[in-house]
Amino acid sequence: MGSWIKDDGPNNNIVLSSRVRLARNLSNVPFPAMLTKESSSDVIEKIYDEEMRNGVFKEYKFYNMQDTGFVDRYALVERHLISPNLAAQNSIGAVLISNDEDVSIMLNEEDHIRIQAVLPGLQIKEAWNIASSIDDKIESKVDYAFDDRLGYLTSCPTNVGTGIRASVMIHLPGLNLSSNINKILQAVMQVGLTIRGFYGEGTEFIGNIFQISNQITLGRSEEETVDNLTGITEQILNKEKEARGLLFDNNRIMLEDKVWRAWGLMTNARSISGQESMKLLSEIRLGIDMGILKRIPVSVLNKIMVDTNNASLQKSAAKELNTPERDILRAEEIRKLLMQ
Amino acid sequence: MQCEECGKKPATVHIIKIENGAKTDMHLCEQCAIEKNPINLKANFSVQDLVAGLLKSGNKGPFKVDIVHEAKCNVCGLTYSKFKAAGKFGCSNCYKVFGDRLNPLFKKLHGNIIHTGKLPNKAGSKIKLVREIEKLKQELNTAVMNEEYEKAADIRDKVRELNSMEQEEHNGQLD
Ligand SMILES: [Zn+2]
Ligand SMILES: [Zn+2]
Repeated sequence: MGSWIKDDGPNNNIVLSSRVRLARNLSNVPFPAMLTKESSSDVIEKIYDEEMRNGVFKEYKFYNMQDTGFVDRYALVERHLISPNLAAQNSIGAVLISNDEDVSIMLNEEDHIRIQAVLPGLQIKEAWNIASSIDDKIESKVDYAFDDRLGYLTSCPTNVGTGIRASVMIHLPGLNLSSNINKILQAVMQVGLTIRGFYGEGTEFIGNIFQISNQITLGRSEEETVDNLTGITEQILNKEKEARGLLFDNNRIMLEDKVWRAWGLMTNARSISGQESMKLLSEIRLGIDMGILKRIPVSVLNKIMVDTNNASLQKSAAKELNTPERDILRAEEIRKLLMQ
Repeated sequence: MQCEECGKKPATVHIIKIENGAKTDMHLCEQCAIEKNPINLKANFSVQDLVAGLLKSGNKGPFKVDIVHEAKCNVCGLTYSKFKAAGKFGCSNCYKVFGDRLNPLFKKLHGNIIHTGKLPNKAGSKIKLVREIEKLKQELNTAVMNEEYEKAADIRDKVRELNSMEQEEHNGQLD
């Protein structure tokens, strides 16, 4: 389980995780979408050969998508270790996951190589350092598609240059409850950042969780990208703190009522949808941060967020479950986690 | 000018077709250009794709569609119009083949056309020198603006030194 799920990090009462992903490609090999099945396994073999298996990737697990079942693939998506895109494209892709699950390297996703490092709290720079050092190790082994003028060449023109996508997963219930969220999100978009929902591109915002990431990859260095996102995240963080403080001072009963109702439902429900549990979990997180509820380790809250998703539930039940069955098991798991 | 196909709407798309050395001009409205696809080309290349791509790019008409030179990647076979429709490259060589015509796209997406970030360790020493020289030139400008002439002279010497190194590197590559 990645440290972003089980450990504390700077400001992780608001910033749940920091992630950096680097897109890289091999020179003189067509991008994955243009590869035949055979040449796609050559790509994997080039990066994950005998030497790398026993060296750089000694502490990694390797999953070939074609040998990984549907439920297992989507359980990896729910832990944010692979993209929905890789899970869906199950014939040529693969992933290397570090034993601590902080690093995952997708092979033959949209690009040949996508290195991702995730850390708890606001630690974008640290995540960049980790991803960059793995990048160096892979580069010593293979030749990257790189152009002096355009930088790292990628399948999509939106990634060319640094190939970096730095992002934070940020929990903003205070700004939402005080009706300031749209103003903030609009301002964020105006400074060239993108906002996505919990499950990534095109997903809706649930549980007051937003993913904010850079858009520009050409003509801006990785350090500038990281510093820029860190600076803006700090500003949002302060606004969220301010909003929480004002709610506590001016609308205390409303706030307490919301939090205790959420607690009542989450600890008593016998059947609950993923959507509802995400909404209530947000209120419980807020209640803990405001001192309304007793402290619960962040690992418990994050386990509820990650492990009670559809695929993870079915994986732990070791069988396929229909929607009503999942909702019942989800309620059971949540009660167990919260009451321990 | 009215559309030559329907005669109703104003012609905003100008299509020039060159076939066996004979040139034909067509002036069409957007709809006819996309829907009627009046040009029969032998190859399986669709004018529809090309025009749709142009319309999507947000340019203001009238458009000029030049069908003569269709850039095609010699490694993966992706054509420029296919790239415009799908938005994804087929291989790293596509960047070279499509060349400067990609610049407006990069400008639109990133506001820039030159990479300034990380270099692979294997990247040629030449590009590292060029980066260093660029950086020093900027420092030189600042020094001159601040009237720090002694500092400026030092930087200028360094730039000269690096320039001659770059020249040597260049000559070395020619050998
Ligand atoms: Zn017409
Ligand atoms: Zn190509």
